[in-house]
Formats: sequence, structure tokens, C-alpha cells
Amino acid sequence: MIDRDQVLHVARLARLELTDEELERMASELSVILEHVERIGELDLDGVEPTSHVVDITNVLRADEPRPSWPRERTLAGAPDATEGAYRVPSPQA
Amino acid sequence: MSATAVELRGLTVAGGLERIRAGELDPGEWFGAYASADDGLNAYLWRADDPGAPGEGALEGAPIAVKDIFCTEGIPTTAGSRILEGYSPAYTATAVRLLLDAGASLLGKTNMDEFAMGSSNENSAYGNVTNPWGTNRVPGGSSGGSAAAVAGGLAPAALGTDTGGSIRQPASLCGIVGLKPTYGAISRYGMIAFASSLDQCGTLTRDVTDAALLLDALCKRDPCDSTSLGIDGGVSSPARTDLKGVRFGVAPDFSADAEGVEAGVADTFARNLDLIRELGGEIVEISLPHAQHGLSAYYVIAPAECSTNLARFDGVRYGLRAGDGGDLTSMYEATREAGFGAEVKRRIMLGTYALSAGYYDAYYGRALRVRTKISSDFEQAFANVDFVVTPTSPVVAFEQGAKAADPMAMYLSDYFTVPMPLAGIPAISIPSGLSEPASGGPELPVGLQLAGPAFSEAGMLDAALALEKALGFEPLEIVA
Repeated sequence: MIDRDQVLHVARLARLELTDEELERMASELSVILEHVERIGELDLDGVEPTSHVVDITNVLRADEPRPSWPRERTLAGAPDATEGAYRVPSPQA
Repeated sequence: MSATAVELRGLTVAGGLERIRAGELDPGEWFGAYASADDGLNAYLWRADDPGAPGEGALEGAPIAVKDIFCTEGIPTTAGSRILEGYSPAYTATAVRLLLDAGASLLGKTNMDEFAMGSSNENSAYGNVTNPWGTNRVPGGSSGGSAAAVAGGLAPAALGTDTGGSIRQPASLCGIVGLKPTYGAISRYGMIAFASSLDQCGTLTRDVTDAALLLDALCKRDPCDSTSLGIDGGVSSPARTDLKGVRFGVAPDFSADAEGVEAGVADTFARNLDLIRELGGEIVEISLPHAQHGLSAYYVIAPAECSTNLARFDGVRYGLRAGDGGDLTSMYEATREAGFGAEVKRRIMLGTYALSAGYYDAYYGRALRVRTKISSDFEQAFANVDFVVTPTSPVVAFEQGAKAADPMAMYLSDYFTVPMPLAGIPAISIPSGLSEPASGGPELPVGLQLAGPAFSEAGMLDAALALEKALGFEPLEIVA
């Protein structure tokens, strides 16, 4: 199943800073869920095509006509920290 | 509160519109009856003070509630999450826009499980919703606020979303009608994404006629959602009163005999099948061998898609930010730790794991193949029957806290509802009786689910109407 180190690895991939208590609980809860999910391992699925999407359409196109976009202020309005017409974030190497 | 306001709160959408057209009801008075009612259920996260300036159309004067997962310009939209606290979108979702354009007014935004992940509404960052049928009972989820509002006389109808059962299961637990249309029937533009290949907008209403009325206003192709198809010719009002010549499929291993189905739910379902026969319908035994694996496939596919969709909540463009003192990565991690609740974290973890190197084929790849098998099971069944019927939920509304500590037990609530979104087909839940919960106590609503082939909504609503008339289910009495 899934142990604490694997949980920690996945949490890093998912950009989640879990507490120690959350890590412990997650390991046991995910194991129970995965045990159920793994029942599909018993099915014979050789030669079965995967379905990622149920709508039978591809490449939906529209005319390439320029249109006005939203004003920058409108998209920045919801940001926790916007300045000089941009999103401000901490430095990657802070 | 006057008797009149209580009476107005019990109207259906079609019933209210009829009175408005006859000059017997003022739209402002109808809106006011809801707006002034006390929300003791915690069904709403935001309520409108006035109906605004309604447009003209088929829904002119109808007040409608909307699940808080739909973006509404300038109106708080949280999806039940702390990470979007205080967020007001810059635009309005197409589904909401279509209702407003048809003359409806927005009553408010309804409470929900965070990012639509849950079956009890206990995963909302803004508190539980109470099922109006019993104060200690959950309303179901994730559209729990929408279901409770409609059942409890706080809205005549509400929009919801259904990814694995999030409209049908709460509709069942609250004794109302829940419709999940065919994937693509209604635009997803402005509907905060959980699992994009499964998410579908739908309706929670007091009756089948209202479900058709709202669907007709909503089923338009939208250039902003390339997967939206609409429904050609719209949906007319259902009129059928019998089921002569209609064939209903029952799969024994995916029905009342399945593990975990309460005795009272099984009894109600058996009576429902008898009623179908009395109305001239035929019950046909069918086989859906992979439907029982729906939950397993769903709990790989939905978390996988959610883990990518929810990557956008990173403290940069909207909502909460935490951990500003560190570097960029630690800001992301701290924001997401502070902003997401336990269930959302669990699903992000599950999805990230299933998509990670070394596990992708064993989990995600296999789940997509099971999805194909589930679709072909339905296709084969529909070669022989018009609709598949099941109980909507294995159990009636459970007590708050009963399953909160056991994620897998909670997931099993959606046993009968997950295969349909995996196949992209429409399904409806209608209230079909009352049953005493296994744990004892007063009787609570049971739902009957009908599922049909893609774009079979018109026929499905017709059959549902005939059943609704014959069932004569008494809605919950609205109290002042």
C-alpha cells in the first residue's frame, strides 16, 4: 500500500505542506481507498481502448477574429498581491 | 410570516410563472417570500437582497438559487472553499447567464461540499447544511445547499453540478427531483472545474416539469465551452401519463440486492418496479457487469483530473495567500495547506499518486479502460431497454458525522450514481417513497434513478413524469 515516505513524496509533487498528523492519517486513508480501487486490477482489460472523454468531437474551431480582451485591472482585481500591472510573488530563491 | 408567504414558498417554478402570467402574483412578492425566509438550514453562502432587473423570457419572474461553484460577476464565489474566501469573479457562468437572460432572478449562492467533493455537505468550509427532513441528518452532497433550499422552501429550484452523483444523491436524500443531463448538454463555462471529463451542470427542482423547463433554458451550445453541444430543438414540457411500451432494465447485481442497500430502500425500489408494471411498463433483466467497478474507476479518474484542475489555486491570481515570508514554492505549499480542507487534500493526493511515474498505467490507464467497459455495458443494455433503473442512493439521509471519519464509507453513497457520468449519459432521481432509516427514527425520502442513452432527456423526463404522477409523493410541508 502506501507508506509515510511515499505520502511525503506525493505531497511535495502536489505542493501541499501537510502537518505530521495529516501525513499519518493520509497514509492510512489512502491505503484503504487504494485497496478498493485496486479491484480493477482483477479485470481482463487486454485490448480495451481507454476512454478519456465521452464527447465524440475533435478540434472545435472558430473564426480567428480579433476581439477586445479584458482590461488588465479586471483580471488583477482578485489577486492577493498585485502591483504595477502584474502579480507579485515571492522570489523562487528567497 | 403570513400564510401567503409560506404558500408562495411551496410553489413550483411552472406554478409560480402561471400565476404571474395570470396576473395573480407579483414577481417581487414571490422573490420576497424566499428572500425574507430564515435560512436555518445554512443552505446559502450568499443571498440577494433584491431581484435586480430581470430579463424577458420563459422564466420571467422566477427566483432561482445557484450552487456556489458557478462564477457570478461581482458576487462572492467560493466553491465552499477557504481558498476562495472573498473572491468575486470577473464574469458570470454561461448556465447562470442563460437563466438570467430567460428572465430568472438570482436568489443566492448555495452551500456545497468544497469544490464539489463530498456526499454529505460536511466538507464545506462554511459549515454543514441541515436536511430539512431531519435536523440531525445530512442533505447529501455535493449540491447539498441547493437540495436543502429547494426541499425546505428557500428556493423553488436551484442549479447544481454532478460529477459522480452530486445532484442526484442530495435530491434523493432531500425528497426532490435531481437531473444530470448528458455530458455536453449544458455549458461548463464559469463552472469551477473539479473533474472536467465528468462535471455536468444540472437542476434540483420540486417536480419533473420544472426540470424540463429549466433544462430547456440551459441546453444551448456555448462557444466558450468547446465540449458543449446543447440539445437540438430544446426540451418540451413532459406530458406522459402511462408507461405503455417502455422497457426498463434492472441489473440484479447493480440494484436493490447490492451490498449496503438498506432494507427500506430495497422495499421501496421493489414497490417502484411494481408501479412501473402497473403503468404498462416492462421490467427487463439486464447485465451491467462493470457498473460495480464504477466507484474504483471514478476514484482514480476524478481525483486525477482534480489534482490538475486544482493546481491553479496557488495564491497568485485569486483567493487566499499564505507563507509570503518564504520562497515561491513554500508560498504555494503554505497557501494550499491553509486553503484546502481534508477531503480536497485527500483527493489531490490520490490523483497525484495515481498519475505519478510508475503508477500511471496501473491506476489511471486501467481506470480509463474500465470506463470504456462501463460505457459499452450501457450501450448493450440500451439496445434492449429504454432506461436503466436503480435506487439513487443505497441509504436514506444519514446522521451528521456518521460517515465523516470513514472516506470509503462516504464514497459508497455514490455507488449507483458514478457509472452514468463515466459513460456521459443522462440520469434523473425522483422521490419514490419514504423509508425508516436502518438506525431508526422518522421516515425519510428514497429516490428512484432512471438513466437513459445520451440525449434521451425528452423521453426520460416523460417517463419520470408518468412515474411522478402515479407515485404521488408528498413534498415536505413548508414551515414559517
